[in-house]
Amino acid sequence: MIAFILRRLLQSIAVLLAVGLVAFSLFRYVGDPINAMVGQDTTMEQREELRTKLGLNDPAPIQFLRFLSNAARGNFGLSYRTSEPVGRLIVERMPATLELSFCAALFALFVGVPMGVYTGLYPKHWSSRLLQAVSLIGISLPTFLIGILLILVFAVYLHWLPSFGRGQTVQIGWWTTNFLTISGLKALILPSITLGLFQLTLLMRLVRSEMLEVMRTDYIKFARARGLTNRAINFGHALKNTLVPVITVTGLQLGALIAFAIVTETVFAWPGVGQLFIQSVQFSDIPVMAAYLLLIGLLFVLINLTVDLLYFAVDPRLRSQTGGPRMAGH
Amino acid sequence: MATQSALGGWLHRFTDSDVWWSFKSSPMTVTAAAATFFIVAVAFLSPVLAPHTPFDPATLSLSDGLKPPVLVSPDGDWTFPLGTDDQGRDVLSSIMYGTRLSLVVGFASVVVAMVLGIALGLVSGYIGGVTDAVIMRIADVQLTFPAILVALLIDGVVRGIISVQRHDEIAIFVIVGAIGLSFWVQYARTVRGSVLVEKNKEYVQAARVIGLSPALIMVRHVLPNVTGPVLVIATINLGLAIITEATLSFLGVGLPSTEPSLGTLIRLGNEVLQSGDWWITVFPGATLAALVLAVNLLGDWLRDALNPKLR
Repeated sequence: MIAFILRRLLQSIAVLLAVGLVAFSLFRYVGDPINAMVGQDTTMEQREELRTKLGLNDPAPIQFLRFLSNAARGNFGLSYRTSEPVGRLIVERMPATLELSFCAALFALFVGVPMGVYTGLYPKHWSSRLLQAVSLIGISLPTFLIGILLILVFAVYLHWLPSFGRGQTVQIGWWTTNFLTISGLKALILPSITLGLFQLTLLMRLVRSEMLEVMRTDYIKFARARGLTNRAINFGHALKNTLVPVITVTGLQLGALIAFAIVTETVFAWPGVGQLFIQSVQFSDIPVMAAYLLLIGLLFVLINLTVDLLYFAVDPRLRSQTGGPRMAGH
Repeated sequence: MATQSALGGWLHRFTDSDVWWSFKSSPMTVTAAAATFFIVAVAFLSPVLAPHTPFDPATLSLSDGLKPPVLVSPDGDWTFPLGTDDQGRDVLSSIMYGTRLSLVVGFASVVVAMVLGIALGLVSGYIGGVTDAVIMRIADVQLTFPAILVALLIDGVVRGIISVQRHDEIAIFVIVGAIGLSFWVQYARTVRGSVLVEKNKEYVQAARVIGLSPALIMVRHVLPNVTGPVLVIATINLGLAIITEATLSFLGVGLPSTEPSLGTLIRLGNEVLQSGDWWITVFPGATLAALVLAVNLLGDWLRDALNPKLR
């Protein structure tokens, strides 16, 4: 187990270094950092002097190391577009994205898993077939379209919920939260549903097929023979054994949630990191793009590591083995 | 005469096959195929069928602007059956042209991803060693990130390198390249896996013994044996590629509004959504959803039909 964790740690570090290299190449070679800092009338000599001063004439490996150590301290340089420090821009917008992704993940988990259990237990029932058909449509609808339709119905026609922004937020330290005001909570509803719907359908279909598989196995028959209640069998025995793939997919989808937050934030004018990123792509604001890439890379690596560790917590068979878990879902 | 009977024989073999049988016996798949065919046909015949040429400014008139669809409002006008947008463009014609563009970009990016993925997968599996390790590690890293993010990054980098005006001219190639580059991993992994199995079989050894070049062996002998799974991935990815293009265009980093795809149309409609002019957004959206749903159903069917375990 220790060996497995160490190996995964090393792999994670390698992935992070690769992402760092891509971010560095973007930062250093796409677009000229000097051009962004000085005016039109700066002479070539002054530019060259600035270059040397900033270390842009040093060998590439040294610049790379400097880039990494700066990044580790949250220093990503200045945004080309707003001339503000990129680190601060991102920190300001991070809470919005994290709260949105968190709510979307909760929505997907607490609606998707029960729906999957239900359709898996009663696959022939008409309501299961209906859910199954609806979920297929859910997978085929792009995120932004779901958002637009929700806005059209609940904001434009019914006027129940706001269609853009975070509403009123409360500042706690550097963190701004939606959870403490009514308008903040109301503003969260539509974006969370939009962002979570795809993950919900995915989870539902996954849990359903896993449940169908598990319900056929012998130990479920034995559990029935022992006279356990349906509830104990369905949730204590069956659902528990579907958890490994569910955790894998939830973990991997957490990354996807943060990526698709870009789309949801654009639809709902949600002031998060995704919106910042899409603006930086439109203006080719390289420092912001590089910082976002590094941040997302770090987040994904951490999520994947956590998922791997969770296997051990969930599946006791793995703890007794010396090797790594057989990767479920691959 | 000879070609005719060959064609007849081929047709007979096809109508006799398991794949055709499973197609015939699933009404949902037949419906999906018919819907796909209908959408593709109408989209590609749009220059002939479309009642207007929506992106020729000379034919537009602002007085036609924001007409509602005929069926829901007495203000509608039969020359614009699905209504018009704020510029007076016919929504139906925009959708027909837009669908064509979405389909072209979708197909092209799947082809780019497929060619790139197959080539890298073949090389990786057949040559092995360091080449294999490098390609597969790149694939691993890329797989950590969702495709849409990779496509956005590539697009952003290209924008950084070339000027804005030039970007609009080549936007369609940038998009195809970006989506293609973000979808190659799945093909490469599948092909590599199959190649590892195939390359030790006798027919490959035989080909090697008679002195054929590695490139020839890979393309002529190994490749035909890995086409099944590749075809399935391609069909499933077509729906994804169309969605990705629509998403990028919706985000404003895809195709420019002078040459709108379905995603661009939805973005333009979304800008005036608050005033309640729903038809500008909803009709392109419904077309996109129908197209992707039909393609996905076909992909699901093909995956099951080509999977011998499920027979």
